Amino acid sequence: MKCTSVEDLERIRNAGNQSISPDRIKISVGTATCGLATGAGQVYDAIVREVGKRGLDYIIARTGCLGFCQKEPLVEIYQPGLPRVIYQSVNTKMVPELVAAVTSGTISNEWALCLRSLDGEARPQRNGVPLIEDVPFFSKQVKVVMRNCGLIDPDNIAEYIARGGYFALQQVLSGMSPDEVIETVTKSGLRGRGGAGFPTGTKWGFARCAPGYEKFVICNADEGDPGAYMDRSILEGDPHAVLEGMIIGAYAIGACKGYIYIRDEYPLAVERFSKAVSAAREHGLLGRSIMGSDFNFDVYISKGAGAFVCGEETSLIASIEGRSGEPRQRPPFPAQSGLWNKPTNINNVETWASVSAIIRRGADWYSGIGTDTSKGTKVFSIVGQVKNTGLVEVPMGLTLREMVFDIGGGVFEERKFKAVQTGGPSGGCIPEYLLDLPVDYEKLTEAGAIMGSGGMIVMDDRTCMVDVARYFLDFLSEESCGKCVACREGIERLLQILENICAGKGREGDIELLGELAQGVKDFSLCALGGTAPNPVLTTLRYFREEYEAHIKHKKCPAKVCTALIEYSIDKEKCNGCGACLKLCPTGAIHGEIKQLHEIDVSKCIKCGVCLETCKFDAVLVS
Amino acid sequence: MTTQATDEILIRNNYDQAHLVGILQQLQVEFNYLPEEALQLVAKRLDIPFSRVYAVATFYKTFSLTPRGRHQIQVCTGTACHVRGAPLLLRQLERDLDIQTGGTTPDLEFSLDSVRCLGCCSLAPVVRIDWDTFGKLTQRQASRLLKKYKKKGKE
Repeated sequence: MKCTSVEDLERIRNAGNQSISPDRIKISVGTATCGLATGAGQVYDAIVREVGKRGLDYIIARTGCLGFCQKEPLVEIYQPGLPRVIYQSVNTKMVPELVAAVTSGTISNEWALCLRSLDGEARPQRNGVPLIEDVPFFSKQVKVVMRNCGLIDPDNIAEYIARGGYFALQQVLSGMSPDEVIETVTKSGLRGRGGAGFPTGTKWGFARCAPGYEKFVICNADEGDPGAYMDRSILEGDPHAVLEGMIIGAYAIGACKGYIYIRDEYPLAVERFSKAVSAAREHGLLGRSIMGSDFNFDVYISKGAGAFVCGEETSLIASIEGRSGEPRQRPPFPAQSGLWNKPTNINNVETWASVSAIIRRGADWYSGIGTDTSKGTKVFSIVGQVKNTGLVEVPMGLTLREMVFDIGGGVFEERKFKAVQTGGPSGGCIPEYLLDLPVDYEKLTEAGAIMGSGGMIVMDDRTCMVDVARYFLDFLSEESCGKCVACREGIERLLQILENICAGKGREGDIELLGELAQGVKDFSLCALGGTAPNPVLTTLRYFREEYEAHIKHKKCPAKVCTALIEYSIDKEKCNGCGACLKLCPTGAIHGEIKQLHEIDVSKCIKCGVCLETCKFDAVLVS
Repeated sequence: MTTQATDEILIRNNYDQAHLVGILQQLQVEFNYLPEEALQLVAKRLDIPFSRVYAVATFYKTFSLTPRGRHQIQVCTGTACHVRGAPLLLRQLERDLDIQTGGTTPDLEFSLDSVRCLGCCSLAPVVRIDWDTFGKLTQRQASRLLKKYKKKGKE
C-alpha cells in the first residue's frame, strides 16, 4: 500500500499498535547479533515449540537489542492490561517453566530483570520486580536514537510507524522547505556522531549550497572502531529510523540518490536494512514521488570488504566507486566534490537516526538535552572489565564515573579500576583521577582522547597500558592504507619501539623518542587515521608513564601481561596436585604426581595461561 | 567452470566498473578465494587494467588469493576482546589447528583469522565460526568448540 497522506500513515499506525500491543499474549525475543551469540535463536525456537505443544494462541516475535547485552538473551512478555516483564539470561531449559508462568499469569521472580510499560499501558507493581527506570543500568538513560530497539520488530514497518515513524518525513514533505529542515537541524545542535563532531546542520547546508544538479547522501555504517557497536545495534533493531533520517536529509540537501556503506562483518545489519529499504519502497516512502510529492529519492546498499580506513569519508567514497579505499587530500570536501565528484553529504548511522526525532519533537526539545556545546543524547558501548556491559544512551555531559560505576556497576570481579579507553584507535586512555570529567566533545579532547563513535572500554589492574598502546598501533599499522609516508612508516616505527619495550628490550630515551615521533605522525599524516593514530601512545605516556618506566628500566610488566616479562610458577601452599593443569598444558611443561605438588618447567613454558585459567585453587602464580 | 561462474556474476552486475568491490565479493563467496583466472577475466570484461583489479583484491581483508578453508574461524581482537584474553585464545586455536593466524589447514577444512571487532564487545572474548558467533569463551571452551566442528566434518 502506498502512503500519500497522514491518514494513510494513521491507518498503518493502528495496525502497528495492534502488533506491538496485541489483544493476546505476546512473547518477544531479542535477536540482534549479541542475543543470537548467546543462544537467542535457540530460545526463540524453544518458545515456538513449547507454545505449539501446549496449543496456545500466543504471538511470538523477534525484536532488536534492548542494550543490556550482558543479560542476553532477553525475553519480553506482554499480557494485555499488565506491564511487560523482561526476563534475563534466558536459556532453552528455562522455556517450559517460563511459558507455564505466563499461562498461569504469574512471574518467575528469580529470572525477571524488570517491568516496563509503554505510554498509556498499565503500570502496576508486580511481585516486587523492579520497574525498568529503577534498574541502575537503565535509570540514567534517555532513549532517543534507541527508542525502538528491543521493542519493535525491525522487519515490520507498521510497528515503526506506530512509534511515530515516517510522520517526520510526512511533516517535512507537506510543509517544510529544505532550508527550514536545515535550520531545524542546525538549531538542534546535533553534531556528527561518527567521531569528529562536526555540526550536522552546517554540513547539510554546505551540500545544499554546492552547485550541481545531481547530489548524494551517504550513511557511513563502516563502524570500524573496535569496542563500539551501537551502529550495528541500531541497524539491526530499528533500520527504518536510519532510513527516514536519510530521506529527510536528502530532501533538505536536494539529493536524488543515497548509499549506505555497511561493514562486511555485519551480515544481519545488511539483511535487516535491505528489508527496510524494500518495505519503504512498497509503501511509497522511497523511490519516485515519495508520499505523493514531487520528491524522488532511492537508497542503495554498498557492502564494505574489510578495511578500517574506509570509515574515513574520502576512502569510503573511493570504495563505493569500486576502487581501493585510499583517502585523498581535503579540500575539496565531499560537500563540494564527493561521490563521482558530485556534492555529497556523509553522516554516520547514529546521526541519521537522530534526525526524525528532532523534526518531530523540535529543535528546542533536542537542544534542551546535553551540555552547552554538545547537545542531545549519545549512545555508548560500555564494555571491557566492567560488570554490566552493553549499550547505553545517555544525555551528553554525564561523568565518566556515572557511566562506569553507576550504569556499568563498577569493575568486573571487584578489581581495581585503571583506565577507560574512549574513541577507538584514535582516542585515548583516561585515568581514574579524571573520572569526574563530564563526557562531551570538548572535554574528552582536552583530556587527549576523543568522543569517537562512543566505545568505552574499561580497563582494570590486569590491563597493561604499554600493551594497550602497542595493541592500537599494531591495529593501525595493519590498517594504514600506505598512501602517505608519515602514517605508513611512522606508525610502523612507533610500533617497533613499543614491541621492544613489551619484549623487555626497551632502552633509555625510548619514551622521548615515542613522544617526538608521535607528534610527527600527527602533524604530517594525510587523513584522520594517521592524524589521530598517536593518541593512544600520547595519552598512555601522559597518564601512565610509570608503567613505561617499569618496562624499560626494571624490565617488569606491573599488570603481568607482556609475556617476555612474566614467569609462571605454582604456589606450593595452594597446589593440591589435582592434575587439571598438567593434562591441559600444551607443551608438557608441568610435572608432578597426582596429589603431589606440581611444578612448571620454565624452559618449556610458553606462557599461554591455560593452567591459570584451569586451576580452581588459585595455585598458579604469575610473577 | 571458473569462466562461466565469473561471467554470470559479471552479468548480474551489468559489467559495471563501479561494482568491482561487489563483484570480487561475489567471486570470493563463489570460489572461497579469488582465482587468478577469474581476476584476469574481470579485468578483460570490465575493460580495466589488471593492476587495478589486483590492487582492489589485495587492499581489502575479505579477499584471499589462496583457497580458504570450508569453515572460517574469526577470532575477534577488538579492544574489549583484547583486554579479556583474545590474544591467548588466538594462540590456543593456532596450536589446536597447527596453523598460523591467516592460514588454512592443509585439508582445507579450517581457516583462522583475527578480525578487529565483530561488534559483540559485551560478550568478549568472541569467536565467529562461519555465521555463528560465540561469546565469553575460555581457551578450553574454544578448543572444545573446535573439536565439535572437526567431528561434524568427519560425519
